[in-house]
Amino acid sequence: MLSRVADSCFWLSRYLERAETNSRILDVNIQIALDFEENNDEKVRQQWMPILSAAKERELFRQIHGEVTSEAIMDFVTFEKTNSSSILSSMTLARENARTVREQISSEMWEQINRLYLYLQSPAARTAFRESPIGFFRLLVDNLHSFQGITDATMTHGEGWQFIQAGKYIERADSTSRVLDFKYHLLLPSGEQVGGNVDITQWMAVLRSCSAMEAYFKISRGHVTSWQVAEFLILHDTFPRSIRFCVDALDQALHSISGVDRGHFSNEAERLSGALRSNLAFTTVDSIFRFGLHQYLDQTQERLNEISNALAETYYRWT
Amino acid sequence: MAQGFFDRYESEGFFDEMFEGDGKVRPHYQRILERFSEMDAQTFERKRALAEKAYLNQGITFTIYSGDEGTERIMPFDLVPRIIPSDEWKVLERGLEQRLRALNLFLHDIYHEQRIIREGIIPLEIIRTAKHYRPELIGVDVPHDIYIHVCGTDLIRGADGGYLVLEDNGRCPSGVSYLLENRQAMKRVFPHLFSRYPVRPVDRYPQELLAALRYVAPHGNLDPTVVVLTPGIYNSAYFEHSFLARSMGIEIVTNQDLIVKDDFVYMKTTKGLKKVDVIYRRVDDDFLDPTVFRKDSMLGVPGIVNAYRKGNVNLANALGTGVADDKVTYYYVPAMIRFYLGEEPILPNVETFLSAVDTDRKYILENLENLVIKAANESGGYGMMIGPKATREEIEKFRAAIIADPRGYIAQPVISLSRSPCYCDGVFEGRHIDLRPYILMGEKTTIIPGGLTRVAMRKGSLVVNSSQGGGTKDTWVLDEGGQPC
Repeated sequence: MLSRVADSCFWLSRYLERAETNSRILDVNIQIALDFEENNDEKVRQQWMPILSAAKERELFRQIHGEVTSEAIMDFVTFEKTNSSSILSSMTLARENARTVREQISSEMWEQINRLYLYLQSPAARTAFRESPIGFFRLLVDNLHSFQGITDATMTHGEGWQFIQAGKYIERADSTSRVLDFKYHLLLPSGEQVGGNVDITQWMAVLRSCSAMEAYFKISRGHVTSWQVAEFLILHDTFPRSIRFCVDALDQALHSISGVDRGHFSNEAERLSGALRSNLAFTTVDSIFRFGLHQYLDQTQERLNEISNALAETYYRWT
Repeated sequence: MAQGFFDRYESEGFFDEMFEGDGKVRPHYQRILERFSEMDAQTFERKRALAEKAYLNQGITFTIYSGDEGTERIMPFDLVPRIIPSDEWKVLERGLEQRLRALNLFLHDIYHEQRIIREGIIPLEIIRTAKHYRPELIGVDVPHDIYIHVCGTDLIRGADGGYLVLEDNGRCPSGVSYLLENRQAMKRVFPHLFSRYPVRPVDRYPQELLAALRYVAPHGNLDPTVVVLTPGIYNSAYFEHSFLARSMGIEIVTNQDLIVKDDFVYMKTTKGLKKVDVIYRRVDDDFLDPTVFRKDSMLGVPGIVNAYRKGNVNLANALGTGVADDKVTYYYVPAMIRFYLGEEPILPNVETFLSAVDTDRKYILENLENLVIKAANESGGYGMMIGPKATREEIEKFRAAIIADPRGYIAQPVISLSRSPCYCDGVFEGRHIDLRPYILMGEKTTIIPGGLTRVAMRKGSLVVNSSQGGGTKDTWVLDEGGQPC
């Protein structure tokens, strides 16, 4: 397959996953906000600012909106064209990439992306967003899920599909680590204790934004603790949004592309993904916390980034 | 006839595709008229919206640039089909085939012996000064001597309904994807019409195109790698490029994907370099190779022309076919047909005056306000003036241009193009149309039944190009014995 096509498959998939992550995070944050009615400006700021994870984003937000309100943040993360990681920007980039590989992906996949993009651009989307933000973000997530189903059901599971899988899982591993890290940056209001109501609510929000609540409660017998949630979202072996699961699926996709057996490597991307995969398989949540949760997540994001670069080096960069 | 829809329809003295002079419907349109007359404006509007939505969702759009943002538009699609009876089509088919045969012989001749010049049929000066003539290619052989593999010949019908050739597009004619998608849209919106009409299918086009492309592979390679070369997603016809690649099941590439090594062309894949044998290129000659043609081209593949000259890769259409598209060359096509084939042209040209010829120029300059003036090397409805509709300044501007560059212009009488009913703001009104059939030349010549019917959507306008507000219609060629049942 053409290198450029592989690259576009990989990125269209990453951008869609990114749009989905942002939709989930906003959905969940609205729900938390609704749980704590006695909002003052400071609380609003504490709760919404961490959504803007990068300094660059926070700066741009200040330039455009100035004041922090939940509406302003939601608008900025959803519709702001100049914000390169907004949902609309991600959808636009996903569609641009899809357009360049229209003859490689199925018509059904293209139409799903195109419909969703056209919808996001339409006044109808603004209206739905105003009337029920939760309903609006759910609709986006549903449609992005449909895309996954359409992709599995209509595209040959060959090389292009594997690049789509690689993009999806690398982005998803990254998202899960960011959502966990997001909780790290959420300050507990003064007077609140670790393990107290607010703390638990926040951890539950983290679970919800990974669609992990139901799965989590099946194994946790009703307890919500930081280390259990972290263990579940980082190390669970079969939950499809845990970092370990995603890295495993990424590693599988990379090996399907090269045709090399798992446990071996034929290029740098495979070597790095194999190393990360075995680290995740053999570490424990205790050692993660001893190392420092934030540091561990940071390091994981860095390693995912290296895999992405190595992938480009192996398959896309021709001189 | 039912009330409303067609009651007030007027042919206004033009040749109308659907109605004869006295307002009587032509027999092959009878069932269409009945079906449409059963509908009210609301139903029709709903059908129209349905078709439009399908185009938008599928991204069947072209891009219009204004300012820094390009807007994606769908091409206006009119739901009244244009119908061609089978006996009428047979004549067109023979005429188009004859014309393409002559054009290919002409191109081979021009880049080899130049007999047609030496025998005094076409003046050397005309060829030498044609903008798209490529002397670099003299002596270069192309597989099976085919230069124009895909031709989009524009046909019009004048006041008496006779077909005339308006121009031959032998470079990168576009629009065929609309033809195919229009048929899909019509089937979606009016499924029952097709059971009443013996409409000849068009959907084999991509397979026929692929067969033609495979046939012209270098060195008689029986299993060539064929690709579509596009300028990229920002090109206004990108949808079509991708559509054709998808329907042929081959790769679509940009110049970034190609590399020339030792005079062979390769594409960059995840498994390494892969040799490319035939390129259906939708990039103009000028931009194809910055080492040979325009140095500033960002769309080109350095070295590709040398690979082509050495016969290691084939391009469709061939390089240098633009010399046959020149509107001054067009004037000589009937003469070419007589010269190379010893046959009489089946499809006539529009009467044409060359301002390069003294007597013609005198006539042109005296009659500017009654003539259509066209620049010899422009297309897409640009560089042209319709005398009766032009302002004083425009006429003077063209007068000066003709005097300064007589070789650069031709003139034709204004042809009142035939009209077809089109749905315009709730009623049917006549709009001028033309027809662009697509002719493929490979092992055999294949013409997709019908072609793209283009419509000048603006009232009274004679310009059908999409860049100038044109729309399209589905075109039906009826099968043998073709009466609607």
